[in-house]
Amino acid sequence: MDMILLVSTLIKIAFILVLILTFNVVLLWVERRLAAMIQDRIGPVRAGIPIFGYNLALKGLVQPVADAIKSLWKEDFVPPNADKFLHAMAPLVAVIPVIVAFAVIPFGSSLYLNHAFEVLPPEPTGRVIPLQVATMNFGILFVFAMGGTGVVGSAIAGYSSNNKFSLVGGLRAAGQMVSYEVALGLSLVGCFMLYNTLLIEDMVRWQIENVWGIFLQPIAFILFLTGSTAEMKRVPFDVPEAEAEIVGGFVLEYSGMKFAIFKMGEYFELVLASAVIVVLFLGGHHLPGLTDRGIDFLGFAQPLWHGAVVAIHLGVFLVKLVLVLWLQFMIRWTIPRFRYDQIMKLSWRYMLPLALLNIFVTGVVIMAL
Amino acid sequence: MVATYLPLLIMILVAVALALTLFLLAVVLGNKNMTPEKAMPYESGQSTGDARHIRLSLTFFLTAIVFTVFDIEAVFLFAWAAMFRELGWFGLMEMVAFMLILGVTLVYAFRKGAFEWEK
Repeated sequence: MDMILLVSTLIKIAFILVLILTFNVVLLWVERRLAAMIQDRIGPVRAGIPIFGYNLALKGLVQPVADAIKSLWKEDFVPPNADKFLHAMAPLVAVIPVIVAFAVIPFGSSLYLNHAFEVLPPEPTGRVIPLQVATMNFGILFVFAMGGTGVVGSAIAGYSSNNKFSLVGGLRAAGQMVSYEVALGLSLVGCFMLYNTLLIEDMVRWQIENVWGIFLQPIAFILFLTGSTAEMKRVPFDVPEAEAEIVGGFVLEYSGMKFAIFKMGEYFELVLASAVIVVLFLGGHHLPGLTDRGIDFLGFAQPLWHGAVVAIHLGVFLVKLVLVLWLQFMIRWTIPRFRYDQIMKLSWRYMLPLALLNIFVTGVVIMAL
Repeated sequence: MVATYLPLLIMILVAVALALTLFLLAVVLGNKNMTPEKAMPYESGQSTGDARHIRLSLTFFLTAIVFTVFDIEAVFLFAWAAMFRELGWFGLMEMVAFMLILGVTLVYAFRKGAFEWEK
Protein backbone atom coordinates (compact mmCIF):
# COMPACT_ATOMS: atom_id res chain seq x y z
CA MET A 1 0.00 0.00 0.00
CA ASP A 2 1.19 3.45 -0.94
CA MET A 3 1.77 5.56 2.15
CA ILE A 4 1.65 8.92 0.35
CA LEU A 5 -1.73 8.06 -1.17
CA LEU A 6 -3.14 6.96 2.17
CA VAL A 7 -1.84 9.95 4.13
CA SER A 8 -2.85 12.51 1.51
CA THR A 9 -6.32 10.94 1.27
CA LEU A 10 -6.79 11.10 5.02
CA ILE A 11 -5.63 14.74 5.11
CA LYS A 12 -8.02 15.65 2.29
CA ILE A 13 -10.96 13.89 3.97
CA ALA A 14 -10.15 15.57 7.27
CA PHE A 15 -10.05 18.92 5.46
CA ILE A 16 -13.47 18.30 3.90
CA LEU A 17 -15.02 17.25 7.20
CA VAL A 18 -13.59 20.24 9.06
CA LEU A 19 -14.71 22.49 6.21
CA ILE A 20 -18.31 21.31 6.08
CA LEU A 21 -18.74 21.09 9.85
CA THR A 22 -17.28 24.58 10.33
CA PHE A 23 -19.42 25.86 7.49
CA ASN A 24 -22.41 24.25 9.17
CA VAL A 25 -21.91 26.30 12.34
CA VAL A 26 -20.89 29.50 10.57
CA LEU A 27 -23.60 29.28 7.91
CA LEU A 28 -26.26 28.76 10.55
CA TRP A 29 -25.03 31.93 12.26
CA VAL A 30 -24.69 33.92 9.02
CA GLU A 31 -28.10 32.82 7.84
CA ARG A 32 -29.75 33.87 11.11
CA ARG A 33 -28.00 37.23 11.16
CA LEU A 34 -28.77 37.85 7.50
CA ALA A 35 -32.41 36.86 7.99
CA ALA A 36 -32.63 39.20 10.96
CA MET A 37 -31.14 42.05 8.92
CA ILE A 38 -33.50 41.43 5.99
CA GLN A 39 -36.54 41.20 8.27
CA ASP A 40 -35.43 44.15 10.43
CA ARG A 41 -35.02 42.05 13.59
CA ILE A 42 -32.08 41.78 15.97
CA GLY A 43 -31.50 38.06 15.58
CA PRO A 44 -29.86 35.69 18.08
CA VAL A 45 -27.97 37.61 20.79
CA ARG A 46 -28.84 35.83 24.05
CA ALA A 47 -26.89 32.55 24.05
CA GLY A 48 -23.38 33.23 25.27
CA ILE A 49 -20.50 32.15 27.45
CA PRO A 50 -20.70 33.80 30.90
CA ILE A 51 -17.29 35.21 31.81
CA PHE A 52 -16.91 37.39 34.98
CA GLY A 53 -20.56 38.30 34.93
CA TYR A 54 -20.37 39.36 31.29
CA ASN A 55 -22.27 37.38 28.63
CA LEU A 56 -19.88 36.71 25.75
CA ALA A 57 -22.43 36.24 22.94
CA LEU A 58 -20.16 37.08 19.98
CA LYS A 59 -23.12 38.56 18.05
CA GLY A 60 -24.97 35.23 18.29
CA LEU A 61 -22.11 33.02 17.10
CA VAL A 62 -22.49 30.94 20.26
CA GLN A 63 -26.11 30.11 19.37
CA PRO A 64 -25.32 27.28 16.87
CA VAL A 65 -23.00 25.70 19.47
CA ALA A 66 -25.77 25.93 22.06
CA ASP A 67 -28.14 24.33 19.55
CA ALA A 68 -25.76 21.43 18.97
CA ILE A 69 -25.29 20.80 22.69
CA LYS A 70 -29.01 21.06 23.34
CA SER A 71 -29.93 18.64 20.56
CA LEU A 72 -27.46 16.06 21.93
CA TRP A 73 -29.10 16.02 25.36
CA LYS A 74 -32.69 16.30 24.18
CA GLU A 75 -35.09 13.39 24.42
CA ASP A 76 -34.66 11.00 21.52
CA PHE A 77 -38.35 10.68 20.69
CA VAL A 78 -39.57 7.73 18.62
CA PRO A 79 -43.35 7.54 18.07
CA PRO A 80 -44.66 4.24 19.54
CA ASN A 81 -46.54 3.30 16.37
CA ALA A 82 -43.72 4.28 14.03
CA ASP A 83 -41.67 1.82 12.01
CA LYS A 84 -38.71 1.91 14.42
CA PHE A 85 -36.06 0.69 11.99
CA LEU A 86 -37.02 3.01 9.11
CA HIS A 87 -37.52 5.90 11.51
CA ALA A 88 -33.93 5.48 12.72
CA MET A 89 -32.52 4.90 9.23
CA ALA A 90 -34.02 7.99 7.58
CA PRO A 91 -31.63 10.65 8.99
CA LEU A 92 -28.61 8.47 8.22
CA VAL A 93 -29.79 7.86 4.65
CA ALA A 94 -30.35 11.60 4.27
CA VAL A 95 -26.90 12.71 5.43
CA ILE A 96 -24.33 10.04 4.50
CA PRO A 97 -24.53 10.27 0.66
CA VAL A 98 -24.24 14.06 0.80
CA ILE A 99 -20.95 13.84 2.71
CA VAL A 100 -19.66 11.14 0.34
CA ALA A 101 -20.48 13.29 -2.70
CA PHE A 102 -17.81 15.81 -1.66
CA ALA A 103 -15.23 13.17 -2.64
CA VAL A 104 -15.28 14.20 -6.31
CA ILE A 105 -15.20 18.00 -5.86
CA PRO A 106 -11.75 19.45 -6.74
CA PHE A 107 -11.15 22.25 -4.23
CA GLY A 108 -7.81 23.38 -5.63
CA SER A 109 -5.18 22.74 -8.29
CA SER A 110 -2.91 19.69 -8.26
CA LEU A 111 0.12 19.77 -5.95
CA TYR A 112 3.50 18.53 -7.27
CA LEU A 113 5.25 17.33 -4.12
CA ASN A 114 8.80 17.74 -5.57
CA HIS A 115 8.24 21.38 -6.52
CA ALA A 116 6.33 22.69 -3.49
CA PHE A 117 9.07 25.13 -2.46
CA GLU A 118 10.17 26.37 -5.89
CA VAL A 119 8.63 27.95 -8.95
CA LEU A 120 6.96 25.24 -11.02
CA PRO A 121 9.26 24.19 -13.92
CA PRO A 122 7.79 23.82 -17.43
CA GLU A 123 8.11 20.02 -17.22
CA PRO A 124 7.08 19.13 -13.64
CA THR A 125 8.04 15.67 -12.45
CA GLY A 126 7.39 13.49 -9.46
CA ARG A 127 4.35 12.74 -7.36
CA VAL A 128 1.14 14.67 -8.15
CA ILE A 129 -1.54 15.06 -5.50
CA PRO A 130 -4.87 16.30 -6.87
CA LEU A 131 -6.84 18.30 -4.29
CA GLN A 132 -9.78 15.97 -4.74
CA VAL A 133 -10.40 12.84 -2.69
CA ALA A 134 -11.36 10.50 -5.53
CA THR A 135 -10.53 11.00 -9.20
CA MET A 136 -12.91 8.63 -10.93
CA ASN A 137 -13.85 8.31 -14.57
CA PHE A 138 -17.57 8.97 -13.97
CA GLY A 139 -16.85 12.35 -12.40
CA ILE A 140 -19.92 14.55 -12.03
CA LEU A 141 -22.32 11.62 -12.39
CA PHE A 142 -21.25 10.59 -8.89
CA VAL A 143 -22.64 13.85 -7.51
CA PHE A 144 -25.96 13.14 -9.23
CA ALA A 145 -26.01 9.55 -7.97
CA MET A 146 -25.39 10.64 -4.38
CA GLY A 147 -27.67 13.69 -4.61
CA GLY A 148 -30.45 11.53 -6.06
CA THR A 149 -30.58 9.39 -2.93
CA GLY A 150 -31.61 12.47 -0.94
CA VAL A 151 -35.23 11.83 -1.84
CA VAL A 152 -35.08 8.39 -0.18
CA GLY A 153 -34.30 9.84 3.24
CA SER A 154 -37.20 12.32 3.14
CA ALA A 155 -39.63 9.75 1.76
CA ILE A 156 -38.93 7.06 4.37
CA ALA A 157 -38.91 9.68 7.12
CA GLY A 158 -42.40 10.72 6.04
CA TYR A 159 -43.61 7.15 5.68
CA SER A 160 -42.21 5.69 8.89
CA SER A 161 -43.39 8.37 11.34
CA ASN A 162 -47.06 7.29 11.40
CA ASN A 163 -48.30 10.85 11.14
CA LYS A 164 -50.43 12.30 8.38
CA PHE A 165 -48.51 15.56 8.23
CA SER A 166 -45.27 13.62 7.95
CA LEU A 167 -46.66 11.39 5.23
CA VAL A 168 -47.92 14.36 3.20
CA GLY A 169 -44.56 16.09 3.66
CA GLY A 170 -42.67 12.99 2.56
CA LEU A 171 -44.87 12.62 -0.52
CA ARG A 172 -44.48 16.25 -1.46
CA ALA A 173 -40.72 15.92 -1.03
CA ALA A 174 -40.64 12.82 -3.23
CA GLY A 175 -42.78 14.34 -5.97
CA GLN A 176 -40.89 17.62 -5.98
CA MET A 177 -37.42 16.10 -5.86
CA VAL A 178 -37.97 13.61 -8.67
CA SER A 179 -39.44 16.40 -10.81
CA TYR A 180 -36.43 18.64 -10.34
CA GLU A 181 -33.98 15.77 -10.67
CA VAL A 182 -34.78 15.63 -14.39
CA ALA A 183 -34.44 19.36 -15.02
CA LEU A 184 -31.30 19.48 -12.86
CA GLY A 185 -29.63 16.65 -14.76
CA LEU A 186 -30.56 18.01 -18.18
CA SER A 187 -29.49 21.56 -17.31
CA LEU A 188 -25.87 20.42 -17.10
CA VAL A 189 -25.80 18.45 -20.37
CA GLY A 190 -24.96 21.67 -22.23
CA CYS A 191 -21.92 22.08 -19.98
CA PHE A 192 -20.80 18.51 -20.64
CA MET A 193 -21.00 19.15 -24.40
CA LEU A 194 -19.08 22.40 -24.05
CA TYR A 195 -16.30 20.95 -21.90
CA ASN A 196 -16.45 17.63 -23.81
CA THR A 197 -15.95 15.64 -20.62
CA LEU A 198 -17.68 14.34 -17.51
CA LEU A 199 -14.61 14.73 -15.29
CA ILE A 200 -14.90 17.71 -12.96
CA GLU A 201 -11.13 18.32 -12.90
CA ASP A 202 -11.11 18.49 -16.74
CA MET A 203 -14.06 20.90 -16.68
CA VAL A 204 -12.10 23.23 -14.39
CA ARG A 205 -9.04 22.92 -16.65
CA TRP A 206 -11.16 23.78 -19.73
CA GLN A 207 -12.50 26.87 -17.99
CA ILE A 208 -8.99 27.98 -16.98
CA GLU A 209 -7.77 27.61 -20.57
CA ASN A 210 -10.82 29.25 -22.14
CA VAL A 211 -13.49 31.16 -20.26
CA TRP A 212 -15.68 30.57 -17.19
CA GLY A 213 -18.71 28.43 -17.88
CA ILE A 214 -21.25 31.01 -16.66
CA PHE A 215 -20.50 33.24 -19.68
CA LEU A 216 -21.17 30.46 -22.19
CA GLN A 217 -23.96 28.61 -20.37
CA PRO A 218 -25.96 31.29 -18.51
CA ILE A 219 -29.27 29.43 -18.95
CA ALA A 220 -27.74 26.26 -17.55
CA PHE A 221 -26.51 28.27 -14.56
CA ILE A 222 -29.96 29.67 -13.80
CA LEU A 223 -31.62 26.27 -14.30
CA PHE A 224 -29.08 24.58 -12.06
CA LEU A 225 -29.42 27.23 -9.34
CA THR A 226 -33.23 26.92 -9.40
CA GLY A 227 -33.21 23.14 -9.62
CA SER A 228 -30.71 22.67 -6.81
CA THR A 229 -32.69 25.02 -4.56
CA ALA A 230 -35.74 22.86 -5.20
CA GLU A 231 -33.74 19.66 -4.58
CA MET A 232 -32.62 21.06 -1.25
CA LYS A 233 -36.25 21.91 -0.36
CA ARG A 234 -35.25 25.44 0.58
CA VAL A 235 -37.54 28.46 0.34
CA PRO A 236 -39.17 29.23 -2.13
CA PHE A 237 -39.50 25.47 -2.73
CA ASP A 238 -40.01 24.36 0.88
CA VAL A 239 -43.57 22.98 0.65
CA PRO A 240 -42.43 19.53 1.90
CA GLU A 241 -41.74 21.04 5.31
CA ALA A 242 -43.98 24.11 5.11
CA GLU A 243 -44.26 24.81 8.82
CA ALA A 244 -47.35 26.99 8.40
CA GLU A 245 -49.48 24.24 6.83
CA ILE A 246 -48.01 20.81 7.63
CA VAL A 247 -46.00 21.80 10.72
CA GLY A 248 -42.60 20.63 9.53
CA GLY A 249 -43.58 17.80 7.19
CA PHE A 250 -41.40 14.72 7.21
CA VAL A 251 -39.21 15.95 10.11
CA LEU A 252 -42.26 16.48 12.35
CA GLU A 253 -41.83 13.34 14.49
CA TYR A 254 -38.07 13.76 14.88
CA SER A 255 -36.42 15.42 17.84
CA GLY A 256 -32.98 16.14 19.22
CA MET A 257 -29.98 15.01 17.24
CA LYS A 258 -31.96 13.07 14.62
CA PHE A 259 -33.73 16.28 13.68
CA ALA A 260 -30.39 18.09 13.76
CA ILE A 261 -28.90 15.46 11.43
CA PHE A 262 -31.62 16.26 8.87
CA LYS A 263 -30.85 19.97 9.16
CA MET A 264 -27.11 19.29 8.92
CA GLY A 265 -27.73 17.26 5.79
CA GLU A 266 -29.55 20.24 4.30
CA TYR A 267 -26.59 22.54 4.99
CA PHE A 268 -24.18 19.96 3.55
CA GLU A 269 -26.36 19.84 0.41
CA LEU A 270 -26.25 23.62 0.25
CA VAL A 271 -22.45 23.64 0.41
CA LEU A 272 -22.29 20.79 -2.12
CA ALA A 273 -24.58 22.54 -4.61
CA SER A 274 -22.61 25.76 -4.23
CA ALA A 275 -19.34 23.88 -4.73
CA VAL A 276 -20.72 22.28 -7.92
CA ILE A 277 -21.75 25.74 -9.16
CA VAL A 278 -18.24 27.02 -8.45
CA VAL A 279 -16.44 24.21 -10.29
CA LEU A 280 -18.87 24.02 -13.20
CA PHE A 281 -19.69 27.67 -13.85
CA LEU A 282 -17.25 29.89 -11.95
CA GLY A 283 -13.95 28.30 -12.99
CA GLY A 284 -13.23 26.38 -9.77
CA HIS A 285 -10.01 27.63 -8.22
CA HIS A 286 -9.16 29.86 -11.19
CA LEU A 287 -8.19 33.47 -10.46
CA PRO A 288 -7.54 35.65 -13.54
CA GLY A 289 -3.97 36.91 -13.43
CA LEU A 290 -2.64 33.98 -11.41
CA THR A 291 -0.95 31.21 -13.38
CA ASP A 292 0.73 28.02 -12.17
CA ARG A 293 4.04 29.87 -11.97
CA GLY A 294 2.96 33.02 -10.15
CA ILE A 295 1.28 36.35 -10.78
CA ASP A 296 1.10 37.46 -14.40
CA PHE A 297 -1.33 40.35 -14.56
CA LEU A 298 -1.30 43.12 -17.19
CA GLY A 299 2.48 42.98 -17.67
CA PHE A 300 3.18 42.69 -13.95
CA ALA A 301 4.95 39.37 -13.38
CA GLN A 302 5.99 37.92 -10.04
CA PRO A 303 7.02 34.25 -9.83
CA LEU A 304 5.69 32.41 -6.78
CA TRP A 305 6.49 29.08 -5.16
CA HIS A 306 4.28 26.26 -6.39
CA GLY A 307 3.07 25.55 -2.84
CA ALA A 308 2.02 29.18 -2.38
CA VAL A 309 0.12 29.14 -5.69
CA VAL A 310 -1.78 26.01 -4.62
CA ALA A 311 -2.63 27.64 -1.29
CA ILE A 312 -3.91 30.79 -3.05
CA HIS A 313 -5.98 28.61 -5.40
CA LEU A 314 -7.54 26.89 -2.40
CA GLY A 315 -8.36 30.27 -0.88
CA VAL A 316 -9.88 31.49 -4.15
CA PHE A 317 -12.12 28.41 -4.28
CA LEU A 318 -13.32 29.02 -0.73
CA VAL A 319 -14.03 32.70 -1.41
CA LYS A 320 -16.09 31.79 -4.49
CA LEU A 321 -17.91 29.15 -2.43
CA VAL A 322 -18.80 31.73 0.22
CA LEU A 323 -20.05 34.18 -2.43
CA VAL A 324 -22.35 31.55 -3.98
CA LEU A 325 -23.60 30.62 -0.52
CA TRP A 326 -24.37 34.29 0.13
CA LEU A 327 -26.41 34.36 -3.10
CA GLN A 328 -28.30 31.25 -1.90
CA PHE A 329 -29.09 32.96 1.40
CA MET A 330 -30.35 36.08 -0.35
CA ILE A 331 -32.69 33.91 -2.44
CA ARG A 332 -33.78 32.01 0.66
CA TRP A 333 -34.82 35.10 2.62
CA THR A 334 -36.27 37.39 -0.06
CA ILE A 335 -38.66 35.16 -2.04
CA PRO A 336 -41.96 33.87 -0.58
CA ARG A 337 -42.94 30.21 -0.77
CA PHE A 338 -44.50 28.91 -4.01
CA ARG A 339 -47.64 26.77 -4.14
CA TYR A 340 -47.11 23.05 -4.82
CA ASP A 341 -48.80 23.03 -8.23
CA GLN A 342 -46.73 26.07 -9.24
CA ILE A 343 -43.56 24.24 -8.24
CA MET A 344 -44.44 21.14 -10.25
CA LYS A 345 -45.51 23.22 -13.24
CA LEU A 346 -42.29 25.25 -13.14
CA SER A 347 -40.27 22.07 -13.41
CA TRP A 348 -42.19 20.20 -16.11
CA ARG A 349 -43.59 23.05 -18.19
CA TYR A 350 -40.74 25.57 -18.16
CA MET A 351 -37.46 24.17 -16.90
CA LEU A 352 -37.49 20.84 -18.74
CA PRO A 353 -38.26 22.28 -22.22
CA LEU A 354 -35.82 25.13 -21.57
CA ALA A 355 -33.08 22.64 -20.64
CA LEU A 356 -33.76 20.62 -23.82
CA LEU A 357 -33.68 23.82 -25.88
CA ASN A 358 -30.40 24.78 -24.25
CA ILE A 359 -28.92 21.39 -25.21
CA PHE A 360 -30.10 21.81 -28.81
CA VAL A 361 -28.78 25.37 -29.20
CA THR A 362 -25.47 24.47 -27.55
CA GLY A 363 -25.08 21.48 -29.86
CA VAL A 364 -25.82 23.49 -33.02
CA VAL A 365 -23.51 26.36 -32.02
CA ILE A 366 -20.61 24.06 -31.12
CA MET A 367 -21.03 22.07 -34.35
CA ALA A 368 -21.33 25.21 -36.51
CA LEU A 369 -18.19 26.82 -35.07
CA MET B 1 -7.76 0.42 -9.42
CA VAL B 2 -6.93 0.58 -5.71
CA ALA B 3 -5.64 4.14 -6.07
CA THR B 4 -8.95 5.11 -7.71
CA TYR B 5 -11.46 3.52 -5.41
CA LEU B 6 -9.72 3.20 -2.04
CA PRO B 7 -10.04 6.97 -1.28
CA LEU B 8 -13.75 6.74 -2.04
CA LEU B 9 -14.11 3.74 0.26
CA ILE B 10 -12.35 5.63 3.06
CA MET B 11 -14.63 8.61 2.42
CA ILE B 12 -17.73 6.40 2.71
CA LEU B 13 -16.45 4.83 5.93
CA VAL B 14 -15.70 8.25 7.43
CA ALA B 15 -19.14 9.58 6.45
CA VAL B 16 -20.89 6.56 7.98
CA ALA B 17 -18.77 6.85 11.14
CA LEU B 18 -19.56 10.56 11.52
CA ALA B 19 -23.30 10.10 11.06
CA LEU B 20 -23.43 7.03 13.33
CA THR B 21 -21.44 8.80 16.06
CA LEU B 22 -23.86 11.73 16.19
CA PHE B 23 -26.81 9.34 16.02
CA LEU B 24 -25.60 7.06 18.82
CA LEU B 25 -24.56 10.00 21.01
CA ALA B 26 -28.12 11.28 20.80
CA VAL B 27 -29.54 7.84 21.65
CA VAL B 28 -27.21 7.43 24.65
CA LEU B 29 -27.25 10.99 26.03
CA GLY B 30 -30.90 11.88 25.42
CA ASN B 31 -33.18 11.21 28.39
CA LYS B 32 -36.19 8.93 28.09
CA ASN B 33 -39.41 10.15 29.64
CA MET B 34 -42.27 8.85 27.51
CA THR B 35 -45.85 9.63 28.52
CA PRO B 36 -49.05 8.57 26.74
CA GLU B 37 -49.77 12.19 25.82
CA LYS B 38 -46.32 12.64 24.32
CA ALA B 39 -46.59 9.38 22.43
CA MET B 40 -49.64 10.58 20.44
CA PRO B 41 -49.10 11.67 16.86
CA TYR B 42 -48.69 15.45 16.63
CA GLU B 43 -52.04 16.07 14.96
CA SER B 44 -53.99 18.46 17.20
CA GLY B 45 -54.68 15.74 19.75
CA GLN B 46 -57.01 13.73 17.54
CA SER B 47 -56.49 10.00 17.36
CA THR B 48 -55.84 9.19 13.72
CA GLY B 49 -55.35 5.45 13.53
CA ASP B 50 -52.89 4.26 10.94
CA ALA B 51 -51.65 7.29 9.03
CA ARG B 52 -49.88 5.26 6.37
CA HIS B 53 -53.06 4.37 4.51
CA ILE B 54 -54.62 7.72 3.67
CA ARG B 55 -55.90 8.48 0.17
CA LEU B 56 -53.42 10.27 -2.06
CA SER B 57 -53.66 12.41 -5.14
CA LEU B 58 -53.24 10.32 -8.28
CA THR B 59 -51.01 13.04 -9.68
CA PHE B 60 -48.13 11.82 -7.47
CA PHE B 61 -48.30 8.50 -9.29
CA LEU B 62 -48.41 10.13 -12.74
CA THR B 63 -45.46 12.35 -11.80
CA ALA B 64 -43.48 9.26 -10.84
CA ILE B 65 -44.27 7.58 -14.18
CA VAL B 66 -43.31 10.64 -16.22
CA PHE B 67 -40.17 11.00 -14.10
CA THR B 68 -39.09 7.46 -14.97
CA VAL B 69 -39.41 8.19 -18.70
CA PHE B 70 -37.49 11.47 -18.57
CA ASP B 71 -34.80 10.31 -16.19
CA ILE B 72 -33.94 7.52 -18.61
CA GLU B 73 -33.83 10.16 -21.34
CA ALA B 74 -31.34 12.06 -19.17
CA VAL B 75 -29.17 8.95 -18.90
CA PHE B 76 -29.03 8.65 -22.71
CA LEU B 77 -28.28 12.36 -23.03
CA PHE B 78 -25.40 12.12 -20.53
CA ALA B 79 -23.81 9.29 -22.50
CA TRP B 80 -24.25 11.21 -25.75
CA ALA B 81 -22.94 14.50 -24.30
CA ALA B 82 -19.70 12.82 -23.22
CA MET B 83 -19.10 11.65 -26.83
CA PHE B 84 -20.67 14.71 -28.48
CA ARG B 85 -17.75 15.93 -30.62
CA GLU B 86 -16.86 12.44 -31.89
CA LEU B 87 -20.44 11.77 -33.02
CA GLY B 88 -20.79 15.09 -34.84
CA TRP B 89 -23.83 16.32 -36.77
CA PHE B 90 -25.19 12.81 -37.18
CA GLY B 91 -25.30 12.25 -33.42
CA LEU B 92 -26.81 15.69 -32.85
CA MET B 93 -29.64 15.09 -35.33
CA GLU B 94 -30.30 11.64 -33.89
CA MET B 95 -30.55 13.19 -30.44
CA VAL B 96 -32.82 15.99 -31.68
CA ALA B 97 -35.18 13.35 -33.08
CA PHE B 98 -35.04 11.52 -29.73
CA MET B 99 -35.75 14.73 -27.82
CA LEU B 100 -38.63 15.63 -30.16
CA ILE B 101 -40.31 12.26 -29.57
CA LEU B 102 -40.01 12.80 -25.83
CA GLY B 103 -41.22 16.37 -26.25
CA VAL B 104 -44.38 14.99 -27.84
CA THR B 105 -44.70 12.65 -24.85
CA LEU B 106 -44.47 15.61 -22.51
CA VAL B 107 -47.11 17.58 -24.44
CA TYR B 108 -49.37 14.49 -24.40
CA ALA B 109 -48.93 14.14 -20.64
CA PHE B 110 -49.88 17.80 -20.24
CA ARG B 111 -52.95 17.48 -22.46
CA LYS B 112 -54.07 14.44 -20.47
CA GLY B 113 -53.79 16.54 -17.30
CA ALA B 114 -50.94 14.63 -15.69
CA PHE B 115 -49.80 17.79 -13.89
CA GLU B 116 -53.21 19.19 -12.94
CA TRP B 117 -53.18 19.64 -9.17
CA GLU B 118 -56.12 21.99 -8.81
CA LYS B 119 -58.92 19.55 -9.64
